[in-house]
Amino acid sequence: MTSKLRFSRKYFAIPYSVLAILFVVVPLFMLIVYAFMDGDGSFTFDNFSRLGNGEVWAVLGRSFLMAFLTTLICLVVAYPTAMILADSRLNRWAVLVMLFIMPMWINSLLRIYAVKLVFEDMLGKGFGLVLLGMVYDFFPFMLMPLYTILSSTDHSYYEAAQDLGANPYKKFVHVILPLSLPGVISGVLMVFMPTVSTFAISEILGDSENSWMFGNLINYNLERGYYNVGSVYSLVMLILIFATTIVADRLTGGKTAKQGGKVL
Amino acid sequence: MKFKKWQKALCYTFLALVLLGMYIPIIILVIYSFTEAKSIGVWTGFSFELYKELFTDSEIMGAILNSVILALVSATLATFLGTLAAIGIYHMRKTPRRILENVNRITMVNADIVTAVAFMLFFIAVRFIPDGWATLIISHTMVCTPYVVMSVMPRLTQLNPNLYEAGQDLGASPIRVLFTVLLPQLIGAMLSGFMLSVTISLDDFVITKFNGGSEVETISVYLYNKLKKGVKPVLRAMSTLILVVISLILVAINIVQSRRAKARKKAAEV
Repeated sequence: MTSKLRFSRKYFAIPYSVLAILFVVVPLFMLIVYAFMDGDGSFTFDNFSRLGNGEVWAVLGRSFLMAFLTTLICLVVAYPTAMILADSRLNRWAVLVMLFIMPMWINSLLRIYAVKLVFEDMLGKGFGLVLLGMVYDFFPFMLMPLYTILSSTDHSYYEAAQDLGANPYKKFVHVILPLSLPGVISGVLMVFMPTVSTFAISEILGDSENSWMFGNLINYNLERGYYNVGSVYSLVMLILIFATTIVADRLTGGKTAKQGGKVL
Repeated sequence: MKFKKWQKALCYTFLALVLLGMYIPIIILVIYSFTEAKSIGVWTGFSFELYKELFTDSEIMGAILNSVILALVSATLATFLGTLAAIGIYHMRKTPRRILENVNRITMVNADIVTAVAFMLFFIAVRFIPDGWATLIISHTMVCTPYVVMSVMPRLTQLNPNLYEAGQDLGASPIRVLFTVLLPQLIGAMLSGFMLSVTISLDDFVITKFNGGSEVETISVYLYNKLKKGVKPVLRAMSTLILVVISLILVAINIVQSRRAKARKKAAEV
């Protein structure tokens, strides 16, 4: 054996590790630093005083209401859709699943444009049209994880429930639903927070009075160069997202990981 | 248990309604790209006028070209970076592996707008990276790479771990082993990571907007600016063109995948 030092495979990760620290981790720290700075670069807590403003809480409340409604509608429509698609007795065409997932790959602004084109005259700009746009935009992201989990669950569980005398209702509540919970949580995660943080949909389909989302607040401040205030709101968003992700991870044993998010 | 006929009919009706809801706006958009009407509802006769306008509109053509270049460059960089990273991370010990896997998850889990703001503040502080192509390529590459890592990683469990060692024992340099032994076995996973990156880059709007989108206009930025003001009919033709191209790409991917699945099945039978 030569005593030459071996090039271990783990060193292949060095370029990405360096770049990820530089371009992903460092910028996040800068976000935190900016939140504690005033326009001249000195330390301050002033930016956080904005969070005492009632209007900010009104926007946040509205965002959560919008996100709740969007998630609920998506879930209620996507769950039965996924169940039918995942049932081999009902769905014998692989192409069908493809048709349902395809809109995910269409540029989301293009899809919002389609909604605007067809429904703006009917509904008028506002909360309702924004809700429609959100549901239209995020529906595939709810369907995908639900379909993935429902189609990979072993069907013998369902048969066992039936053999043991469960009626269809009991079978659903005690067997199908609990087994698909990781998919439900992934789907909720991929619809709820994106609804809160988006700004393009509400800007294009809504009016600033009744349909501003939390994302609009961030965008508004950045467009006007108020980076420090924008950083505070971004920080709030960041905390919300990481808190929900950690909770979701706990609930599903780390299976959420945005799995299948956009995966082919 | 078998489904009764009426139950099946009910299920199919439901699916049809959902599909209809998903596709009606898109179908109307496509139909109305073949008329010059100012708005939906009034059909002013069939014409290709919007398409003529589309192909002579240099701003739109430029935006499409910019999007394609950005997507291809970022996806290529992300594929190499992500594949190397996946190989490296896979062979790490538990603690560093967990740290890197979590770092890899950050941009996937984070809201686009937070990622975009963080990039922007960074680029403002680091003044020597010019706002435009450089910031766009860096930010898009960093956003796409985690997805490549995620698609290559599962494939690594199926590789024979001794091949790399064998290559080195036979005197090949690590780089040579990488290119002649490791990468050829990972090409399928790399390809799906690449395609995923292309679609993520093409679909992105938020990160582009804050990191060079004002200098280099992409389709998303163009659409956003136009949709905020007033909609020109030519957008219908542009959208239809994009829809057709995306559908063709998806159909091609699907055919390739089902062929490979069939080939694998055949190989398994023999």
